[in-house]
Amino acid sequence: MEMVNRPYASAFEAYAVQHPEVLCLSADLTSSCEIDGFRDRHPDQFLSLGMAEQNMLSFAGGLGLAGFRPFIHSFGVFLYRRPYDQLMASIAYPRRKVRLMGFLPGITTPGGMTHQAIEDISVMRTIPNMTVLEAGDATEVESIVAEADTVDGPVYCRILRGAVPRLFDSPLRIGQMRVLAEGDDVLVVTAGITTEEAMRARAALDAAGVAVRHLHLNTLKPFDAAQIVEHAASVRHGVVTLENHLVAGGIGSMVAEALAEAGLARKLVRLGLRDTYAHGGSRPYLMRYYGLDALSLVRAVERVTGQETGITEEALGAVRVDAVHSAVKAEAL
Amino acid sequence: MRNAPRSEDIALAIRRRVFEHAMRNNGGYLSQACSAAEQLAFLYNEALTLGPSTMPMIPPPFGGVPSAQNPDYVTGAGYNGPAAPEYDRLFIAPAHYALVAYACLIEVGRMAPEGLEMFNQDGSSVEMIGAEHSPGMEVHNGTLGIGLSTAAGLAWGRKRRGEPGEVCVFMSDGEVQEGQTWEAVQAAAHHEIGNLWALMDVNRQQCDGAMDDVMKVGDIATKLRNFGAVVAEVDAHDLNALRQAKAMPHEGQPLIILAHSSPTKGMEFLMRRFPRLHYVRFKSAEERAEMNVAIAQELGIDPIVLEDH
Repeated sequence: MEMVNRPYASAFEAYAVQHPEVLCLSADLTSSCEIDGFRDRHPDQFLSLGMAEQNMLSFAGGLGLAGFRPFIHSFGVFLYRRPYDQLMASIAYPRRKVRLMGFLPGITTPGGMTHQAIEDISVMRTIPNMTVLEAGDATEVESIVAEADTVDGPVYCRILRGAVPRLFDSPLRIGQMRVLAEGDDVLVVTAGITTEEAMRARAALDAAGVAVRHLHLNTLKPFDAAQIVEHAASVRHGVVTLENHLVAGGIGSMVAEALAEAGLARKLVRLGLRDTYAHGGSRPYLMRYYGLDALSLVRAVERVTGQETGITEEALGAVRVDAVHSAVKAEAL
Repeated sequence: MRNAPRSEDIALAIRRRVFEHAMRNNGGYLSQACSAAEQLAFLYNEALTLGPSTMPMIPPPFGGVPSAQNPDYVTGAGYNGPAAPEYDRLFIAPAHYALVAYACLIEVGRMAPEGLEMFNQDGSSVEMIGAEHSPGMEVHNGTLGIGLSTAAGLAWGRKRRGEPGEVCVFMSDGEVQEGQTWEAVQAAAHHEIGNLWALMDVNRQQCDGAMDDVMKVGDIATKLRNFGAVVAEVDAHDLNALRQAKAMPHEGQPLIILAHSSPTKGMEFLMRRFPRLHYVRFKSAEERAEMNVAIAQELGIDPIVLEDH
């Protein structure tokens, strides 16, 4: 699988230099958010706002009022936990064109509870006027920059950094989910880093005779409930959601709401963090520990179909291992 | 030919109008009128360069919140004139001063007196805690501490665009208890946002009572200077002092004028209620009647004719 190094860094720079009304804001996590090169090469378009997120969000609201489109860069958690009031009053309510670039979604950081945005989708999708996007591969990270900037209002993006696999060859388009497989046994819905896991599980499930219908979501709000229901109606057994997030309020909840509102009775298994915080560790360890990996997905599919597949961990192939301290990652956090 | 109105006269008219409103409506933000009347009169009548209002004299009813489905949404900023490059912008950071700000809009001819009749009425845009869509408001400020940050961002943007207009924030001293205020001052200093200035009503009162009892804030002026602001300290009721303070040079730094005010200025009878002045309610019909006579006398008007409730 092709790995792309720091796709956000080059995509943001290429886009921002063409759009002078785009500003690059940072809260002391400039290299951690891959905008250090941009800062050095384009200091006039870069604003350092220090470790002061409450001010940064209201300040960005003011920049929006002046006709600029600030891209705020920080870890996802820092964009909504502390400055939630400012997010509401200064950005979301007045529909400022602020682009919130949230790095290290879910358990993609070894930083533990304080660094892991595990409820960001739940929070963001309940905010009126907010658009919520999530990148699942290098191509989506590259295309999310320009796509987010088309939103007439605020947008929160879950961004992957460092070495990112390239899974797709077409750009992210808001509102367009990807149909990655069209089987008719079980519907699997994933987003972000869980899509790669599901692709691995899918190959093994295919071989075991389970036909998976696989949807990859990159637009979490607005949520295309009608299409989800249509796909759910076309499978025999049921639905499994797998998300790098708490199952409460995230994709599992959205799918449940869609099925219930449509009156479609389908068995639903929601994989993700189950009413728990995570702790610090490597991504593969955390995905395994909290049941977000390919093997957990296989077992969930078995629960939905009621049939064991005999798929073992070994059969799922070599799990991709990130070298947390390798040269392609600027720093462990 | 009319002479230009004096800010002193506008301030007195603001107090009279807010008093009349409070009497008729069984309470109100009287103390804010006492402390801030000169400041708001100064802003609207002298200090700010504002174009003519773009909004109807009688405010339109609530027109819905901002959303993709509400393309006709407008804020109340039009009462301060158009957002043209040459004009200043004003944020009323403590939205609890809305009643006083509305009274000021009436006295400077930007809103009809009927507008105040809509205050706090269901379906009206003239809300009790000034909202974005309320007359004279451009952003929501009811959550305290966000005004200066918003203004700093707008001012940075206007500076970047080369616009001559400045950005002004009317603030309250209680806001210095919020950490965000200090984040905003340090950011404005760091980014040399010199087209930003604030007028802070230092009345040393907050919702629970006297600030010294609720949370001591120490020497605000020294703290602000240490965070990088140019600071002037004046008597809030002395318009000449306000004029001199506004003229202080503050190249590359925000200017913050600390206007030390009396929360009972012009209505000394209110001292009987000290320190619970944030929102004055009448405890009895007798108190209301007594206050009506006493404060009307202080303001040089006849007692307000009260309807039976």
